[in-house]
Amino acid sequence: MAWQRKILRVNLTNGTCTPEPLNMEWAQDYLGQRGLATKYFCEEVDAKVDPLSPENKLIYATGPLTGTMASTGARYSVITKGPLTGAIACSNSGGYFGAELRFAGWDMIIFEGKSAQPVYLHIENGKTELLPADEIWGRSVWDTEAILKKKHQDPMIRVSSVGRAGEAQVLFAAIVNDLHRAAGRSGVGAVMGSKNLKAIAVRGTLGVGTIRNPAGFMQATVAAKKVLANHPVTGQGLPKFGTQVLMNVINEMGALPTRNHRDVQFEKAGRISAEAMHEPRPTDGKPNLVTNQACFGCTIACGRISKIDETHYTVLNRPEYWGASGGLEYEAAWALGAATGVGDLEALTFANFICNEDGIDPISFGATVGAAMELYDLGLIKEADVGFPLTFGSAEVLTRLAELTARGEGFGKEIGLGSKRLCAKHGRPELSMSVKGQEFPAYDSRGIQGMGLAYATSNRGACHLRGYTVASEVFGIPVKTDPLVTEGKPGLVKAFQDATAVFDSSGLCVFTTFAWTLADLQPQLAAACEGDWSMEKLALLGERIWNLERQFNNAAGFTGKDDNLPQRLMTEPAKTGPAKGLVSGLDKMLPEYYELRGWSKDGVPTPATLQRLGLPA
Amino acid sequence: MQKSLNIDPSKCTGCLQCEMACSYENYGNFNPSKSRIKVFDFHHTGRKVPYTCTQCDEAWCLHACPVEAIKVDAATGAKVVLDAVCVGCKVCTIACPFGTINYVQDTGKVQKCDLCGDAPACVDACPTAAITYVDADWTGLERMRQWATRLDTQPHA
Ligand code: SF4
Ligand code: SF4
Repeated sequence: MAWQRKILRVNLTNGTCTPEPLNMEWAQDYLGQRGLATKYFCEEVDAKVDPLSPENKLIYATGPLTGTMASTGARYSVITKGPLTGAIACSNSGGYFGAELRFAGWDMIIFEGKSAQPVYLHIENGKTELLPADEIWGRSVWDTEAILKKKHQDPMIRVSSVGRAGEAQVLFAAIVNDLHRAAGRSGVGAVMGSKNLKAIAVRGTLGVGTIRNPAGFMQATVAAKKVLANHPVTGQGLPKFGTQVLMNVINEMGALPTRNHRDVQFEKAGRISAEAMHEPRPTDGKPNLVTNQACFGCTIACGRISKIDETHYTVLNRPEYWGASGGLEYEAAWALGAATGVGDLEALTFANFICNEDGIDPISFGATVGAAMELYDLGLIKEADVGFPLTFGSAEVLTRLAELTARGEGFGKEIGLGSKRLCAKHGRPELSMSVKGQEFPAYDSRGIQGMGLAYATSNRGACHLRGYTVASEVFGIPVKTDPLVTEGKPGLVKAFQDATAVFDSSGLCVFTTFAWTLADLQPQLAAACEGDWSMEKLALLGERIWNLERQFNNAAGFTGKDDNLPQRLMTEPAKTGPAKGLVSGLDKMLPEYYELRGWSKDGVPTPATLQRLGLPA
Repeated sequence: MQKSLNIDPSKCTGCLQCEMACSYENYGNFNPSKSRIKVFDFHHTGRKVPYTCTQCDEAWCLHACPVEAIKVDAATGAKVVLDAVCVGCKVCTIACPFGTINYVQDTGKVQKCDLCGDAPACVDACPTAAITYVDADWTGLERMRQWATRLDTQPHA
């Protein structure tokens, strides 16, 4: 079984919480989490809905392996229509919250409507109630967690909430749980804020006891954990260096987008890398990195816990920031650093703390600051508009903007629009380094060609977590492909996208796929879940989810024309490094990709494709 | 030979595999709230510390129990709660200076670590060897070895 078979429907307009049985037929076709919640969402919400209106819904969803001994069984996703993009949004988070929700007996929570007053949802196993959020509204994620634990006299309560950014509906506001784990992208936090929903506090003591074949499941999970432990990336690289292991590697490849993608190599990459985080600081002799940390059930433990140098300007006389907290991961270090030209590790760590404290996506934030700096450089944004000069490379500018944006104040409100709206406002929409309104993460598609196609076709706007061809193009996982060529990439992108959709629907972390393929996941699912979970079924399931998301986006008004990249990547060649002289070959890859997908040349799934996948036309 | 749980907090990542293994062993489900080993996350310092019963020789809980529901497992030395005898008075939870024997509402009994009859499930589950099961006479050996390396001042060839 594995599923708890129960979802909670919370109508914020009426203030009601109603349990419902999980649709087990859909669970067979969509598994859980990303897939199953997307199915519910598409059935219940009009694709044309205004993302910040009460008619949009917000779904918290776990997978059947969340809260089990399967390694990385920590994950939950938040599914909604994203305000940054207008496309389907699905943001995934780890930490401990998702498992706790399952231990309380729930697979999913569907929020609908909008509360008249700020509220939070309190769950204690079967007891569910909406309570006034007076004492936490206007407070940060960090304060919210502390206040709720104290109020409910339960230090073991797990909290997922929005900070002041979500309340202010910053378009890339995140939902943060366990202080520094985030459903980070696409502005899911703004949707939560728009519903006057501040937080979910959950305590679960029922556990997960619904495994179909417990002995077989234990065997399968032990075998899969061995694979993770023995793989150099998941067994050594990620625990020691975190995802930051990538910084120097990607820079060497000439695929580290720098200063709003003007450059592809960052001269200060070394200073903001994993290696730098291990280096003792000259000021206090201690390294930035304190330790690594796992999410619930994870035997990889890629998480970074850092402490900021107490003498650094960002935290001088601010002891509230002296403690250990979530440190830099690669995407954040890139966005806050290379994208803005800032090479000050402590400033980046501080900006990252702020992103967690009040819930903003560091990728979209950093990338938007990079775009604003370019607009300033071109004279399109003036010092008078901001109150200070937006100079590329200035740590002070970065950290000031982080505080302003996270709290929805001053020029932070402009940054909070995201780069697409900001650049359009200043007459240069093409300077927004985004797809479908969502900013790129940390790989330049001129130096890693497959990623260009992955970005252009990602269903939630530019994203590395929808089809991570970096694994193949850089690390040779599962096979090495040449990052500089377009040949073979359409098939690679499709395979990664479909497999990832399955992982994202299982309750497990996509980082396992450095070592695992679907063949490692399959025995775990088959032992845990009732039904047939063959490899063929899983492959089809992944493809079905991808096409369902695509159908939603098409219905929302997206077309093949939106599967594009900013002009800069198509016309301005990389200036340095191995990709020097190259632009993205997206135009060479896209038609073949559509064909492999069984889509028309405008990017619409054909009736035959829909039928093959069991999707309604 | 008796063995002891040997805990090295510096290796712990906070994954809670041990808590799940414990609840699975004893209750057949994944449920950290029922675990007899608990991992404390000291967020401010980044330290994670697994903690459970150390099986005292002169066990406070055992001496405090008015109905003799806590017995010594002769093979492992573990202090084991006899569910059939325990009346749920919780006196043992007051007596234990470490808090490692706890009341369980669902069963009306107390629970504590019983070393899983000489095969502790948490030890098998821990991916980082933060919990090991070692000869009871040698619980400090690894730490001694670590400090001893500092005295290994001979020049190396
Ligand atoms: S690999 Fe990292 S992100 Fe994934 S579950 Fe483990 S600690 Fe969390
Ligand atoms: S299993 Fe090991 S690493 Fe994980 S929480 Fe327990 S003691 Fe720590």
